[in-house]
Amino acid sequence: MKRRDFLKAATVGVGSIGYTGSSQALMREPLKMPPQAVGMLYDSTLCIGCKACMVACKQANEMPPEFAGTEQRLYDTPLDTSGSTLNVIKLYKDGTREIKDRAQDGYAFMKTHCLHCVDPSCVSACPVSAMTKDPLTGIVNHHADRCIGCRYCVAGCPFSIPKYEYHDAFGQIQKCQFCSHLQAQGKIPACCDVCPTGASLFGRMEDIQQEAKRRLQAKPGDTYSFARGMLGGDQPPHEAKIPVYQQSVYGEKELGGAQVIYLSAVPYDKLGLPTNVPDYAYAAITEGIQHTLYQWFALPFVLFTGLLAAVHKSTKEEREKDVSSTAYEEDAS
Amino acid sequence: MSGYQPIGGKLFTKPFNLFALLALIGICLIAYRFIFGIGAASNLNDGYPWGIWIVMDVVVSTGFGCAGYALALTVYVMNRGEYHPLVRPAILAGLFGYTLAGMSVMVDLGRYWLFYNLLLPWYMQPNSVMFEVAICVLAYTVVVWIEFAPAFLERFGLHNVRRKLSKLLFFFIAIGILLPTMHQSSLGTMAILWGHKLSPLWQTQLLPLLFLMSAILMGSALVPFEGNFASLGFNRPPETHLYSKLSTYVFLLLGSFILIRLADLTLRSAWGYAFEQTTDALMFWIEMALYIVPFVLLFKRDNRSNRQIIFILSVCLLLAGTVYRLNTYLIGYHPGPDWNYFPSIMEILITIGMFSLEIALYLIFVKHLPVLHRAEAEAA
Ligand code: SF4
Ligand code: SF4
Ligand code: SF4
Repeated sequence: MKRRDFLKAATVGVGSIGYTGSSQALMREPLKMPPQAVGMLYDSTLCIGCKACMVACKQANEMPPEFAGTEQRLYDTPLDTSGSTLNVIKLYKDGTREIKDRAQDGYAFMKTHCLHCVDPSCVSACPVSAMTKDPLTGIVNHHADRCIGCRYCVAGCPFSIPKYEYHDAFGQIQKCQFCSHLQAQGKIPACCDVCPTGASLFGRMEDIQQEAKRRLQAKPGDTYSFARGMLGGDQPPHEAKIPVYQQSVYGEKELGGAQVIYLSAVPYDKLGLPTNVPDYAYAAITEGIQHTLYQWFALPFVLFTGLLAAVHKSTKEEREKDVSSTAYEEDAS
Repeated sequence: MSGYQPIGGKLFTKPFNLFALLALIGICLIAYRFIFGIGAASNLNDGYPWGIWIVMDVVVSTGFGCAGYALALTVYVMNRGEYHPLVRPAILAGLFGYTLAGMSVMVDLGRYWLFYNLLLPWYMQPNSVMFEVAICVLAYTVVVWIEFAPAFLERFGLHNVRRKLSKLLFFFIAIGILLPTMHQSSLGTMAILWGHKLSPLWQTQLLPLLFLMSAILMGSALVPFEGNFASLGFNRPPETHLYSKLSTYVFLLLGSFILIRLADLTLRSAWGYAFEQTTDALMFWIEMALYIVPFVLLFKRDNRSNRQIIFILSVCLLLAGTVYRLNTYLIGYHPGPDWNYFPSIMEILITIGMFSLEIALYLIFVKHLPVLHRAEAEAA
């Protein structure tokens, strides 16, 4: 154990005395954006709520319709991601709902699915490596053949994305995997492919981040040509006016950053995204604590050696008496 | 020399029959869950993936099960041999607490048939708090059975094996102290991952420490609690003199727990949440009261040797631990405004069934195995 680690360990050891309130005290290094990261930009102001992406997502992933929103079982009406739904367009509404992309008396759309976090809690949570983050592309995949169904990833995901199929006696966890099966064939995610306005836009993470910045820097009211499908792809762009954006990109820093990032004209918390959150993933804290306590198994080993000595000593009398005497048998008979 | 002996007596008493019936109902409903799925049997949902099966049957039940751990700490580490008569019943509590927690996990796991993946080195994920908890709980369950094995060996006259085991027992006792220290604190770490989803009344980096302390408190409280029922139910003299000594340790630990809890809330400026009109705030105060009342009672030394008061104390402390863990894992957990959870009848009956099974087995064990201490048995 290095001296620094030891000191760190000692801090935890006496955690009862030395208050470790500052979050960084026990944090492990935050994970970084993978080198060949792919990403998605969802621009809420471009979304027209047509839900083409929801249909495409269901088709691409062969998932059944869900009838949560209505009594009539006419068409797919999920309210949230679930065991049957990986992607949902949600609606923010306020008062008279007059104007799109306005917080007051307005409305706005929100696309809910996995954000493919840079430092994903679900991967950290999973005891059996059933959630993995691709070291190159950064796609967070789920492997049902490994999953034991403990649902710690469900509780642990800060965006409540992974869902279990409760209706099935042999259910599994479901979550958006960035259409990695399509990407493996050189295609782009189904939701981005069908989006008519480019609200869901796929691309290399770097390009996507730059594009988001460009939009923030453009002058509101100016005509802008919004790429569709894939940034730098062959779909013709969609011309529209630059709206008055919130001056930040959601997912750039929040909770350690994400590979699905958001632009919006209404505050992000209205879209249901957690905003009062740190710049690091909670997993950096839990893993920091675990690494400090369990690195090289040093602390447990020291503790165990101590325990062994103490117990050996305190059971000495008992042990010797028990081994040498036959008193018990006599008593028992 | 063991000094423990079975108390004998009729098995099918009224309480036993009642608990056995409840256990049987629970087992039938568990069969229902395996046939029709978790959704059919429970109110677990996309917002609340964990309900009372995890929180009561595992997180709380293993807290109770720390009786063996808490006593081993006192007897073997602090070398307080005089508590020895309490050890075996405490280990028995641990045996049931953990074994039934393990069974509940199997009921709750969505893909239980792949459970063995936890043990496959190429799937193990050591960064996962869940992994550490699962492995430690599993290992500890095995260890408690070994620690309890002398009771079986004595009962069935396998004295050679017993003698061999007793030479090695210190090793298992030491592991049996190490493992709960690890996983009970990790049960706290587990909730840190929930970040903003857990109310600031409970979310803190001190969760591992607080959970460890709460485990020792619950375990220590279970000993006089169980002892009280044993003495009432089986007409045996209570071990009040031992409990009263033990209560000094409890007093100190409880005082530190409360102090750390209050200091932590203050340093994180989280008190505001305690004065809102929410279920969170209400449950917080209930929890606080349940911790503070025993502390105040223990202040007076006379109280520590008063049998009734010790019983009230132990009930308070067991409830306090239960509420603290329930609050951290369920009440204070807020997945979003659209989600609600209240356990279904079946869920509740399964949980009741699990605890009843524990009690029914306890009755069988103390009647037929040398669990309770002879000194008292003779006096009875
Ligand atoms: S959004 Fe949730 S499920 Fe997706 S990568 Fe992040 S933590 Fe995992
Ligand atoms: S439910 Fe499956 S994927 Fe999620 S943490 Fe548990 S084992 Fe891993
Ligand atoms: S990337 Fe694929 S799986 Fe994910 S939301 Fe889009 S279509 Fe659905």
